[in-house]
Amino acid sequence: MSLLQTGRRRTKLDHSYNDRPRQGPFRHISPAQLSLERVHEQNRLGTPKKDGTKASEQAPGKSAKGKPRLLLMGQRRSGKSSISSVVFHKMPPNETLFLESTARIQKDSMHSFMDFQVWDFPGQVDFMDPSFDLDAIFGEIGALIWVIDAQDDYLEAITRLNGTILNLQPSYPNVNIEVFIHKVDGLSDDYKLDIQRDIMQRIQDELSDHGVENAPINFHLTSIYNHSIFEAFSKVIQKLIPHLSTLENLLNDLCRACRFEKAYLFDVLSKIYIATDASPVDMPSYEICSDYIDVIVDVSEIYGWDRPKEYIKSLEGPPWNKKLEDQTACKDAESAIVLTDGKRPIMLREVNKYLALVAIMCEGSYEKMPTVIMNVEGTVKGLIEVFEITKERR
Amino acid sequence: MEAQMDNLTMQDKLASSPSDEPRKQKKKKVLLMGKSGSGKSSMRSIIFSNYIAKDTRRLGATIDVDLSHVKFLGNLTLNLWDCGGSVYLKLAGEEEMLTSTDARQDAFMENYLSQQRQHVFSNVGVLIYVFDIESRDFDRDLLTYRSIVAALSQFSPTANVYILIHKMDLVVPNLREDIYNDRVSLIRSKSDAFDPTPFATSIWDQSLYKAWAEIIHDLVPNLDQIEKHLGSLGKLIMAEEVLLFERTSFLVVSSWTSNAIITSDKDHPAQNPTYDRNERLSNIIKNFKQSTSRYTGTPKSAEQLSIFDLKMPSFSMFLIKFTTNTYLGVVLPPGEERYNAAKLNCYIARTQFEDLDSPARKSADRAASSTEIVAES
Repeated sequence: MSLLQTGRRRTKLDHSYNDRPRQGPFRHISPAQLSLERVHEQNRLGTPKKDGTKASEQAPGKSAKGKPRLLLMGQRRSGKSSISSVVFHKMPPNETLFLESTARIQKDSMHSFMDFQVWDFPGQVDFMDPSFDLDAIFGEIGALIWVIDAQDDYLEAITRLNGTILNLQPSYPNVNIEVFIHKVDGLSDDYKLDIQRDIMQRIQDELSDHGVENAPINFHLTSIYNHSIFEAFSKVIQKLIPHLSTLENLLNDLCRACRFEKAYLFDVLSKIYIATDASPVDMPSYEICSDYIDVIVDVSEIYGWDRPKEYIKSLEGPPWNKKLEDQTACKDAESAIVLTDGKRPIMLREVNKYLALVAIMCEGSYEKMPTVIMNVEGTVKGLIEVFEITKERR
Repeated sequence: MEAQMDNLTMQDKLASSPSDEPRKQKKKKVLLMGKSGSGKSSMRSIIFSNYIAKDTRRLGATIDVDLSHVKFLGNLTLNLWDCGGSVYLKLAGEEEMLTSTDARQDAFMENYLSQQRQHVFSNVGVLIYVFDIESRDFDRDLLTYRSIVAALSQFSPTANVYILIHKMDLVVPNLREDIYNDRVSLIRSKSDAFDPTPFATSIWDQSLYKAWAEIIHDLVPNLDQIEKHLGSLGKLIMAEEVLLFERTSFLVVSSWTSNAIITSDKDHPAQNPTYDRNERLSNIIKNFKQSTSRYTGTPKSAEQLSIFDLKMPSFSMFLIKFTTNTYLGVVLPPGEERYNAAKLNCYIARTQFEDLDSPARKSADRAASSTEIVAES
């Protein structure tokens, strides 16, 4: 059953009096378990690959092979656990205040359009210590996300980040390093950019002092109190998707054919967009699309109850005399919304269990909905095919 | 309930008699009263001005009476009197500045109950009295309430009284029911001839919507007619559920549920297990309005939605702008033909409901417009 129809989500206001106790989002693992996993992984990987060129050859197929891993690292109290709770566990941002500090590596497996793991590292542990098996941690890495608290003194964080990069560069030159300049919600726009410039400068200076040029580092300004954290994660994850360009081309074609303003392919659970068309991403359109998914998930939770069999039988009887599946044109969820100004209607179409296509249409598109739906149908078929190909390779 | 019905019919009679000015009679005064800081303005902002719960922290104390007119179904204008708990500041402040809270409360009381007595308490349709569950001095609150009720019985003996036990979220969950029942029985005993309808509310969940939806439900004059027509519309389009939303507050004013969802047990039609779905739906849409107002760049109070379509494998649903003051939500079984025919029929039924919504405007052509239901193809 698709997430659009069953996905439980906690809305901002949706606490009833007899609310269930908050479910701990994390799977706690004992140290023994952790070392077991490490041994297992070492065995599986066989000989550690030290050769840089070999790694780069394998890079394109890397994410298709195993589960790509997102490593969340940074100083303690910089907001790593909060990020993973908000993005992957749907925790309301203000509840992250009560999260305890992370004592050991928290591994979360996300079963979505592609399986990936999120590893949340405790800030106080130094992973460059030789007692840690670097290859078990970084061997199958998808991206290293380094979280820096912008409202705190970040010099130490930068020193540690530089140390980590320098350590990783020789053996794993293709690891994407994503720096989240976090907790920027309270800061003015000018100040945000100043901080970003300062941090970039410091990192690049120190790296080039050590002879490392053009390290793959990206910077994102993030906050869990708005959509910026989802946007940043979207960009991180997009780098791990095989055939991203094919997906993007499909969306581009759709936008051209239907004169859509913008089309996103969303992961319903995390509300990260995994692909979009070529036109620039603007925050308002992303926000409305992601909130729209919320509305549909919530509404279908209310009305998507199991109807009794007798009732369904009566619906399939006269005057239709057809199976209920044959009475609908589309097997998956479909939705459209027109606002009072009529200017930019939005449409949503379920792609598969985890993904939904959300697009912002142009004025007057709602009247041409049947044509739009046909075009969308074609695109959705294409998208599914692309994912089938990826799966086969695995 | 009996008393409420009487009140409604009486109002209707007055309204329909030609000698009386119908408009004036339909203007019902709704008094919103309670101790300073009990949350009156917060709930008013959430229900009628599309605030979200968090936004209400910005609200200051209401000074004097905040009058607002809310246009409603059937030409009904709600005269909402948000009576500031600290109204004394303006009226009594010149002579003496009172500092202690007790004195404040007395001053506020005196004002309403002496000089302003007739002005405030005459022609009241509904009194909504808010009790703060956290109040330290419940006896004093009761005393205030009692004198207000006394004034009300003098000038508007037919008014309906609702009491909201507010800020329930601040009480430990397993004590809520006991404390609530305790308070309600105490308040009941001090209510004179009135039979107050109690609600437990909090701005942090849907309980507020539930209370207000019920209050508004009782206020709409020709509701029984609207409900009847809504039912026949629902039957004709074979819907599972039909909901009528009020425009500004997006509360469910009226709803109809099909009893055609048959099970093996023929006498008991199956029901949607989500019993609080109306409030939840209001909540979802109100939250979404926040996003859409950012998206379109229009103010939050402006109308946002025009059409919302949703087709799921297990049900389909649409929400359309219906009459001037309402939106219509319809839940249907899946199926294209059913869906399209139902939507067309709802648009056709619009004219008829427009008459019910605002009868004064187009009573002349009422006979001419008759509902035609397009046959299923």
